[in-house]
Amino acid sequence: MSAVIENHHDDHHHGPAKGITRWLYTTNHKDIGTLYLWFSFAMFLIGGAMAMVIRAELFQPGMQIVEPEFYNQMITLHGLIMIFGGVMPAFVGLANWLVPMMIGAPDMALPRMNNLSFWILPFAFFILLSSLFMEGGAPNFGWTFYAPLSTTYAPPSVTFFIFSVHIMGASSIMGSINVVVTIMNMRAPGVDLMKMPLFVWSWLITAYLLIAVMPVLAGAVTMMLMDIHFGTSFFNAAGGGDPVLFQHIFWFFGHPEVYIMILPAFGIVSHIIETFSRKQLFGYSSMVWAMLSIAILSFVVWAHHMFTVGLPLAAEIFFMWATMLIAVPTGVKVFNWVATMFRGSLTFETPMLFAISFVVLFTIGGLSGLMLAIVPADFQYHDTYFVVAHFHYVLVPGAIFSIMAAVYYWIPKWCGNMYDERLGKLHFWLSFIGVNVTFFPQHFIGLAGMPRRYPDYSLIFADWNMVSSVGAFLFGFSQLLFLFIVIKTVMGGKKATDQVWEGAKGLEWTVASPAPYHTFSTPPKVD
Amino acid sequence: MKKDAKKTLIKLVVAVPLMFAFGFALVPLYDVFCEVTGINGKVFQSEYSEDLITDDGRTIAIQFISTNNENMPWTFKPSEQVMKIETGKYHGATFYVKNTTNRKMTAQAVPSVAPSNAAAHLKKLECFCFEQQELMPGEEALLPVKLLVSNELPSNIKNIILSYTIFDITDYNDEVLAHHQMAAE
Repeated sequence: MSAVIENHHDDHHHGPAKGITRWLYTTNHKDIGTLYLWFSFAMFLIGGAMAMVIRAELFQPGMQIVEPEFYNQMITLHGLIMIFGGVMPAFVGLANWLVPMMIGAPDMALPRMNNLSFWILPFAFFILLSSLFMEGGAPNFGWTFYAPLSTTYAPPSVTFFIFSVHIMGASSIMGSINVVVTIMNMRAPGVDLMKMPLFVWSWLITAYLLIAVMPVLAGAVTMMLMDIHFGTSFFNAAGGGDPVLFQHIFWFFGHPEVYIMILPAFGIVSHIIETFSRKQLFGYSSMVWAMLSIAILSFVVWAHHMFTVGLPLAAEIFFMWATMLIAVPTGVKVFNWVATMFRGSLTFETPMLFAISFVVLFTIGGLSGLMLAIVPADFQYHDTYFVVAHFHYVLVPGAIFSIMAAVYYWIPKWCGNMYDERLGKLHFWLSFIGVNVTFFPQHFIGLAGMPRRYPDYSLIFADWNMVSSVGAFLFGFSQLLFLFIVIKTVMGGKKATDQVWEGAKGLEWTVASPAPYHTFSTPPKVD
Repeated sequence: MKKDAKKTLIKLVVAVPLMFAFGFALVPLYDVFCEVTGINGKVFQSEYSEDLITDDGRTIAIQFISTNNENMPWTFKPSEQVMKIETGKYHGATFYVKNTTNRKMTAQAVPSVAPSNAAAHLKKLECFCFEQQELMPGEEALLPVKLLVSNELPSNIKNIILSYTIFDITDYNDEVLAHHQMAAE
């Protein structure tokens, strides 16, 4: 009897298993978080390499490096990989690492499903990337895969694309269910909903959005599959269907998806600005309500992507105003961040630099979004580089800067070592300059009328395109420095204290650095 | 797992297929919405009406566009590309078709109106799109359409596009077509 108890006791204190099986069979939220983060980093580099191909082709007018067909495959895969392989898994990885530690839970609620939701992802992207080597090439219809480009006129590899989207969707849905069940049921006593760290709040809302819209995306690709192989005509006008219907269904998923990629960033930035301002965050409850209202509004604005399809005037006006309404809660958040910094004792470590530039550059992206929301103006801007500049401003110095900020901020807790502050700052400045040199000129060429998704362009756009490409190379190669910094930090470096940052608050900073394999096996005491 | 956690889990797991079904429900919802608001650009046959005829109409342009479905080899084009018409008066136009193949074929044209909010004000007394066309090899025909644009047409609309796509329906029997018709309506 006592031997059995002894064994049981031992079981609770084992560390990670050795070798590759540790990673294959792991149900530990920290291991799975690490897997997600490394996977997204790999996808970020692959998607980034594709961006380099795109910018190299656009360096000069005329066709230089790739065939137009291959260019189309590059823009399609770049978008899909960055969204579904880069940004989303990175946020899921951060959620895995941080949510249980922030709410004082021992692990995620559904650890085996957690393992499954990660391990199907590499297969999804293997299938997607393998289409590059198939007859007819990879998907070439843009990441929005509008019918009939993606149905009637699609390359044969579209079926592989459809299945890979199904797998990505299943992974996201399982990950989100896990996050919601964890947050709703595993908070330590005393962690009330309105006392939860904002990153946890942002992920709770994001997870609900994902559960609501990923099945709709699955439905859209299923309809495509049926149109292509089973003779239905959901999107085929010749059979009584409607291609515009595809756009409605796609953007019903697609617009909430935009907020899925930015809400966790809001959470991250709130923590970092609070810490390095050494003040309490300004307007906690308004931050929560702002995120909730953004999430709800995201369901009633989808048609602002479709102003030029021939919507009735009343619908255009409705979607214009609903879209502009989102600026209100977003503005509340921006002003709260500024108010948090106001009269704080600020220091500018790398995470803070990324967080501040997030606030500034995300706001630029938000403002160009407001311009695009204006119906008559959108008729000019639609499908130009102005749109490209807009969504890259909210996604690169928005979502991706927040992920980098999060890595610098929490990596001492993850591996127990401080990163090299000098290299971190260098990485920040190279990225900051690179991103602006890349995307700011795209506003100009967009307003001047350069359409997106073409491998060639008129001579009048030549100068700014060259500037943009130079910026893109600078930004792209700076990320290898990021990779180096992360590896260097994992290998060694100055030991981090438990609190790591002077102004850091929250449960994750109360455990040792590096965080032990099992944390909060008994719930912490929270006032 | 705690009981509460199981409850949350079940709710979320049920939500997923519901949202998947909602994606498919958008298909009929979209059709219903377009029909109720009349923005799908569909125009059905209307009766001759004295009330619609006025003398204080204004001049607008009506453009005709003809498109062949990719499986349709016939020649199909409007006799006139653009017509100046008066609102509140009946006007006639014709489309030229020719069966360029060496077999007997049946065709059906499907209309569409742009801008969509003009559709409600376009009254068709007669249209070849309401019936099927059967042509012998090499046979040609002028297909008539008789229409009136009501004086209530919003004043910002100065140009209406009436577009037809012609389909080969030779191999479809009436039963299949009737089914399609019902689905479309």
